[in-house]
Amino acid sequence: MDQIVQTFIIGLSNGLIFALVALGYSLVYGIIELINFAHGDVFMLGSMIALLLISGVFGVTAATSPLMIVIIVAAVILITMAVTATINVTIERLAYRPLRNAPKLAPLISAIGMSFVLQNIALLIAGPANKSIDNVLPSVNLLSYIGVNTVELSFRQVFVAVVTVPLLIGMSWFVAKTKQGKAMRATAQDPDTAGLMGVDVNRTIAFTFLIGGALAGAAGVVQILYNNVTVWNLGFRFGLNAFTSAVLGGIGNLPGAVLGALVLGQINAFSDRYVAANWTNAIVFMVLIGVLVFKPTGLLGQQLADRA
Amino acid sequence: MALLELNDVHTYYGAIHALRGVSISVEDGEIVTLIGSNGAGKSTTLRTISGLLRPRQGTVSLGDKRLDGLRPHQIVQLGVCQSPEGRRVFARMTVHENLEMGAFSRKEKTKIASDFERVYGLFPRLKERTAQRAGTLSGGEQQMLAIARALMAAPRVLLLDEPSMGLAPILVEQIFEIIKTINQQGTTVLLVEQNALMALGIANRGYILQTGEIVLTDDAHKLAANPEVKRAYLGG
Repeated sequence: MDQIVQTFIIGLSNGLIFALVALGYSLVYGIIELINFAHGDVFMLGSMIALLLISGVFGVTAATSPLMIVIIVAAVILITMAVTATINVTIERLAYRPLRNAPKLAPLISAIGMSFVLQNIALLIAGPANKSIDNVLPSVNLLSYIGVNTVELSFRQVFVAVVTVPLLIGMSWFVAKTKQGKAMRATAQDPDTAGLMGVDVNRTIAFTFLIGGALAGAAGVVQILYNNVTVWNLGFRFGLNAFTSAVLGGIGNLPGAVLGALVLGQINAFSDRYVAANWTNAIVFMVLIGVLVFKPTGLLGQQLADRA
Repeated sequence: MALLELNDVHTYYGAIHALRGVSISVEDGEIVTLIGSNGAGKSTTLRTISGLLRPRQGTVSLGDKRLDGLRPHQIVQLGVCQSPEGRRVFARMTVHENLEMGAFSRKEKTKIASDFERVYGLFPRLKERTAQRAGTLSGGEQQMLAIARALMAAPRVLLLDEPSMGLAPILVEQIFEIIKTINQQGTTVLLVEQNALMALGIANRGYILQTGEIVLTDDAHKLAANPEVKRAYLGG
């Protein structure tokens, strides 16, 4: 029983990180019907930037005082989000916008190309080996304070939730309630008509990439602090999981992406624990194929048909 | 000077020469209708005015401002808003949110609030369904929403593309009555229609478009009485 609870906690942490990345896939797909294959790599760059900031620029070690760590981590999150948002907007401007009216396959290939470009930039700068940082978050079991020692809820796992949950809630609020959010939804449903209503469609699409990039950056920071390690092709594994989450939830559907990510997080954790870590990616691929074959609209996909 | 003026507009879809030198002028306060059969270029004309298509040659102007070359959202800001063909309401948004989208480029909150009252007054059915998703409305209600949404932009010129398409005759009459009211309240209307009889019934003037060219223009009642127009477009 303890083991199952433990696995569930690990799965939840995974799932929350996936969710931030999955939202980026779903937002972009929702608005321009493009699977942004470079998105996982933007997340990877986020973790690289965070690593550089934490150990290089700020020189944080396990010995840094807790207060300083809190301040620095907050700063690192903000800086990384700003940088990855900029990267994502630049990608849209350079690689996707010129192909906006081309057949759909063209931007898709461009996205795969961007993915290689970003991976190789990371490879060039960071090298092929794993890059790791000191564990700067205290590794105490918070449950031991209430007398539970058989299950571990580490500070790191709480940290993951503290960063991701407000971002996920803020994001849904933003899309549902703000004017810019409404412009995004309108553009997603019908870009021409959104333009006819006065929405600057290009700006709205760029803004969507900005948000997606910022969320991927936050996810990158969280992941480096949670796992303490990153590598140039990390975007592939996370990208696969996040993309599968988005598809599982119903691509283009934002609550669906979060739900899909939470499910995928559990699938990863239980597969790692009870099957074998080597099989996890294969199982995720099986889920992806299964969803695409049997329920391509996903769990929360389009329930309401658009009427002409 | 005309409020909205198209001068020798040529628009292409790829290699297809869709508009071949269209010139139309709409005076302040008028209802002008553009009539033609399927594929004559009526929607293309409206899409060109709204900036969804760019004319390769010729000019579109609103008063002394050039519209050609501007992007759709800029044209809305200058005061031309379109209710597109096929209604194109935002199906997954509520009626209220659709209307908010119409007012997207406006900032004066009190005027927007009074315009909500105005369009709900024109379309009481929409008021009953304000929280309902637009995709669940009937065809007629969606058409009303599409017109109301465009009105929320408080346009100087309202472009209507086939507002009668696919509607029952009784609804068509209702919609045309409302278009007349909107015009009487001070909005200039350029109306594209296949239902020429109805359109000429409420318009001041009309243009007949055939394969991308204006072949005839006159006062609406004269067009309605013209034997050739009758034979080609009025079914008699």
